[in-house]
Amino acid sequence: MIWLWGALAFWVAAVALNAALARRAARYPVLRLVVPAVFGVTLLVVWEGVVRGLGVSPVILPPPSAVGARLVGSLPVLWGDFVQTFLKGALSGYVIGCGAAVAVAIAIDRSVFLQRGLLPVGNFVAALPIVGIAPIMVMWFGFDWHSKAAVVVVMVFFPVLVNTVAGLKATEAMQRDLMATYSASYGQTLRKLRLPAAMPFIFNGLKIAATLALIGAIVAEFFGSPTRGMGFRITAEIGKLGLDMIWATIAVAALAGSAFYGAIALIERAVTFWHPSQRN
Amino acid sequence: MKSVLPILTVLGVIVAVWYGAAVWLNAPWERDQAARAGTELSVAQLLPLTMAQDRPVLPAPHQVVAGLWEGVTGQAVTSRRSLVYHGWVTLSGTLLGFVIGTGLGVLLAVGILHNKAMDLSVMPWAIASQMIPIIAIAPMLAVVMNALGASAMVTKAIISAYLSFFPVVVGMVKGLRSPDAMQLDLLKTYSAPASRVFWSLRLPSSMPYLFASLKVGIAAALVGAIVGELNQPAGLGARLLSGSYYGQTVQIWSALFAAAAMAAVLVGVVGRIEAMTLRRMGMAR
Repeated sequence: MIWLWGALAFWVAAVALNAALARRAARYPVLRLVVPAVFGVTLLVVWEGVVRGLGVSPVILPPPSAVGARLVGSLPVLWGDFVQTFLKGALSGYVIGCGAAVAVAIAIDRSVFLQRGLLPVGNFVAALPIVGIAPIMVMWFGFDWHSKAAVVVVMVFFPVLVNTVAGLKATEAMQRDLMATYSASYGQTLRKLRLPAAMPFIFNGLKIAATLALIGAIVAEFFGSPTRGMGFRITAEIGKLGLDMIWATIAVAALAGSAFYGAIALIERAVTFWHPSQRN
Repeated sequence: MKSVLPILTVLGVIVAVWYGAAVWLNAPWERDQAARAGTELSVAQLLPLTMAQDRPVLPAPHQVVAGLWEGVTGQAVTSRRSLVYHGWVTLSGTLLGFVIGTGLGVLLAVGILHNKAMDLSVMPWAIASQMIPIIAIAPMLAVVMNALGASAMVTKAIISAYLSFFPVVVGMVKGLRSPDAMQLDLLKTYSAPASRVFWSLRLPSSMPYLFASLKVGIAAALVGAIVGELNQPAGLGARLLSGSYYGQTVQIWSALFAAAAMAAVLVGVVGRIEAMTLRRMGMAR
């Protein structure tokens, strides 16, 4: 009971604190980071308190402290999974898929015929449940990380393609005319004007693709994987009811995913520093 | 209309490439068989063989169409071999999850709009929660829900709801904040209370944003349902996994195309509702 009441009291206190902090956030910008941090800590404390207070079995929901202990205790295993799923599967697929998408987008941009024909088909394919192709890719490329990379390539291709094509259209006629009066070639216009102008759109696609990449690699591992990798770890631990290990894997995946997204956002800030959305 | 020809051309090229790839990928197996039998295959003999294998590496388009046709009409719709049955299982989970996710998303957006503390604290975590490959915890969720006594449908509906709620939150928050200062000032001069501002101005002007999010959300809900079915006995996701276990490529491709068609229909239905609603509201362009 003491755990439950403690959690409740902490929750009420944290909400009151956050409300007070939020009122002052306009004056002290640092509070914009403090408020979500307090909220996150509250979630963990309430989770711990409820699990202990209600005596929830660790087979159903382990407390965060147990997950943390397991996370620290099995770092080598988790690192191996991380290398297999993220560095080999997700990251290589992401680079190949995004690179191919930008290249195809430039080809589409050069041809009106392709633009009319390929884009509706691309939009249609982008709405499909792409994770469904995982079994096919596993069948073609084998159980190791190559099939996971292939799934990621297919998943990230269309969001980046659609965004890049939209971005390449983002220049104004006046700017293109100016380039024409300089008698700039297509390549020069592309390099100096249209690709830079397309960057906000491209990074929009890259950020969407960043969240898809890790999901694709993990889900593809459900369809067969070598004896390591995050998806393998989750399916294997399910059989042993090792829920604390699964939560530890999820924590690693969340950290990796957030860091990846953050890295892309930082690069975006450096590349598109001139864009209004980056300047406030 | 002028884009019909380009689209048909692109589709034609895709089908042609597909046939070519089917021949190319399936030929090694046929050559292998022929070599074992001690015979040599001519190209004319090879081509039809590669398009009629039982377990091709890549089934030819007409095999997939035949598989779809067989799955839809080959047996009673209640049969466990019927794609209609599995599709219905997936669809019901998708729709339930979509309704839950949309409801929660709209509620959360209203909370974020009216509560500064919630805005500052929930939004970063809602974004961070989407970094968690939430569909990766689908198998774990199934075990937990089983222990709590929930049905298989509720399990995948939760995953669907989780995936569809985020686009709705983002779109709805943006939509509810879309009225400009002039409109808000006008209502202030009428001394309208906050509730009136919400019902008469903010909610109507959020509709285009909401529908844009709903189209993303329903496609995400379908993905969630399919992934949620990977450890369940029925549904398109289960078809995909069993096809993968038994090497039934045609079954995988048929299930995939059934899911694709379902996604297209669902997005189309949301689009129709959007067009109708916006026209009734006088916002159609």
